[in-house]
Amino acid sequence: MSDYPPLRLHVPEPSGRPGRPTDFNYLQLCPAGRAEKPPVDVAPVDTRELATQLIRILDEDGCAVGPWATEEAPDLLLQGLRAMLKTRLFDARMLKAQRQKKLSFYMQCLGEEAIAVGQTLALRPDDMHFPTYRQQGILIAREAPLDEMICQLLSNARDPLKGRQLPVMYSYRDLGFFSISGNLGTQYIQAVGWAMASAIKGDTRIAAGWIGDGATAEGDFHAALTFAHVYRAPVILNIVNNQWAISTFQAIAGGEGITLATRGIGYGIAALRVDGNDFLAVLAASRWAAERARRNLGPTLIEWVTYRAGPHSTSDDPSKYRPADDWAHFPLGDPIDRLKAHLIGRGLWSDAQHQALAAELEAEVAAAQKAAEAHGTFASDLAPSAADMFEEVYQDLPPHLRRQRQQLGK
Amino acid sequence: MTVQQETDLPTQAGSRSTLTMIQAIRSAMDVMLERDDNVVVFGEDVGYFGGVFRCTEGLQAKYGASRVFDAPISENGIAGAAVGMGAYGLRPVAEIQFADYVYPAIDQIVSEAARLRYRSVGQFTSPLVFRMPCGGGIYGGQTHSQSPEAMFTQVCGLRTVMPSNPYDAKGLLIASIESDDPVIFLEPKRLYNGPFDGHHDRPVTPWSGHPASAVPDGYYRVELERAAVVRPGKQVTVLTYGTTVWVALAAAAETGIDAEVIDIRSLWPLDLQTLTDSVTKTGRCVVVHEATRTCGYGAELVSLMQEHCFHRLEAPIERVTGWDTPYPHAQEWDYFPGPSRVGAALKRVMEV
Ligand SMILES: Cc1ncc(C[n+]2csc(CCOP(=O)(O)OP(=O)(O)O)c2C)c(N)n1
Repeated sequence: MSDYPPLRLHVPEPSGRPGRPTDFNYLQLCPAGRAEKPPVDVAPVDTRELATQLIRILDEDGCAVGPWATEEAPDLLLQGLRAMLKTRLFDARMLKAQRQKKLSFYMQCLGEEAIAVGQTLALRPDDMHFPTYRQQGILIAREAPLDEMICQLLSNARDPLKGRQLPVMYSYRDLGFFSISGNLGTQYIQAVGWAMASAIKGDTRIAAGWIGDGATAEGDFHAALTFAHVYRAPVILNIVNNQWAISTFQAIAGGEGITLATRGIGYGIAALRVDGNDFLAVLAASRWAAERARRNLGPTLIEWVTYRAGPHSTSDDPSKYRPADDWAHFPLGDPIDRLKAHLIGRGLWSDAQHQALAAELEAEVAAAQKAAEAHGTFASDLAPSAADMFEEVYQDLPPHLRRQRQQLGK
Repeated sequence: MTVQQETDLPTQAGSRSTLTMIQAIRSAMDVMLERDDNVVVFGEDVGYFGGVFRCTEGLQAKYGASRVFDAPISENGIAGAAVGMGAYGLRPVAEIQFADYVYPAIDQIVSEAARLRYRSVGQFTSPLVFRMPCGGGIYGGQTHSQSPEAMFTQVCGLRTVMPSNPYDAKGLLIASIESDDPVIFLEPKRLYNGPFDGHHDRPVTPWSGHPASAVPDGYYRVELERAAVVRPGKQVTVLTYGTTVWVALAAAAETGIDAEVIDIRSLWPLDLQTLTDSVTKTGRCVVVHEATRTCGYGAELVSLMQEHCFHRLEAPIERVTGWDTPYPHAQEWDYFPGPSRVGAALKRVMEV
């Protein structure tokens, strides 16, 4: 007989489930303006506090407060607001198009628009993002042609990826947007490799790696942090902690009792934990990390605290695993509403202007959709050529693929 | 052995040195580091120390630590960083210390490097080489002897290459580094210091006794997708690569069977024409490799020969391979497909 009680396996659970509200105290929030702003050459270990607190600039009233607050140019903020709103309207419309079976699949970034848009506006056009499928805000902030993006979603005759990729797996080299892979986490270490290459060549460009809370559990996350630290790679390592990985709560990814930003400290990487729904904080933290990277001071890990407001994808039903009204209770709110309130508070914006902008953007997205659909929708007659299927497997078509193409009769 | 490779480059000017396979591989990297600023070499222990097999010795001192450097012990990290560097525009030559340790990198190689050009319609490419010592015959046991080529030949988008001598090793590695497709470059470590015909009880012969050790000092290529007929013959075709090329030559000599031995060199995509021409001529075929049998690369060779040479075949195609077991330690020579097993197969196909 053992003199110890039987061991028990601990399996983390979210506090909220369907019909039972979430207790968001686990987020360990702190008021806007509280977190300190260290110099960009801070030693990674000295960011320990910043990895456990929360960098926030916008307070409850929409005022910018604290050491991270800067006097932002109104134009930039309006550009950000516009890109966020456009992203949201784009998502909403594509969701509807998926329901109408015009496209096979879609993934929104509802509630997370500030992060991708804000960081993009803080970086230079020739910096390279290694995004996941939930950073469409990068493309919209960089003004990718919407109709072309929609052609990718529709897998039609004008799809720039020739119908080879699932919808949302965009690739825009010229816009600094690396080809999206279905395999989670792989791009994180690739971002580090790209940044190492920039350093090897004595370039001044930097890379941004992106990953979700769930995928931080992948081995490539560990490899990325190790390599970024070892070679002091000029990279910003973003973790978008939207609390959910499909149906699994972030505690299952290892977030229980600690913050994901803390991971950076253990690897010797400067780490920040930032309010991901505070557009000003996204800009400020991204600029800080970019400056650090560009001055060859090494990588920065940023945990963006946000909430995945929508379903994981069009194949997902969140009401099966979390409270239906969860987003309404999420303490960091809605990034678009918060920036809007700030701009209105500064006298730079109004409800009427906001409505007009929404109408204008809605019309723009609708027109882009119409233009794209003229080239076909998913599984319509206007499909990418089957013969194209064999191209670009290799640089040149090898004999066996030539034979297979002939066998297909195309 | 006929040094068929000579015909790959008709105008072969310049000086030559007598090199081992290790030195030839090192020379290929040296030449490419010199020629192309975008070539970088990295992996576990490859920097200051020069690699556990000395393949990168002196390269860091010559080109600096930003071109030739040590990596953390993380194969997924090495492969993933290489993909990112390739996307930037570099030409990374990454070393996996043993082919047996490539498995952590498989996701990056299969899901990323091999697919990047396809999925981005050529916006991003993976001009990468993953060098890895492979094969047995060195008492390496389970994790220093494997031949995982079939894990790669079945991946669309990859090129898989394996040299069997110093001349080819350098020329193929240069061609691989220059390829804009990702290349898995498998180096039979049993051949690093000398050819090996499977007679483990005889003294090792160094490369210096073989014509294929006369390696041009400068730049040259052995083109990919080209097999070499290393022993012309009339009675039976042996399709093989790596260490078993030497085993097959020994088996032909010892049985007196006039076998045509083909070193496939580029396993996939491959030089189908040279293979089918030979089997069409001889009407008989034996496939030899060290790797395990079931679903090994040999199965594809058998299938291709059956498909393209069916009416000319006079006997069932034989396969002599490693057994379907993990690579054992003490039983090395019962596992390794040596000349007596290959010879027996040659006799069997001749008897039909
Ligand atoms: C290697 C791998 N495993 C599993 C999946 C299936 N999958 C797709 S998305 C996802 C959840 C990812 O969650 P997270 O990283 O938190 O990102 P989020 O979707 O919340 O943005 C899973 C498990 C995958 N795409 N790749």
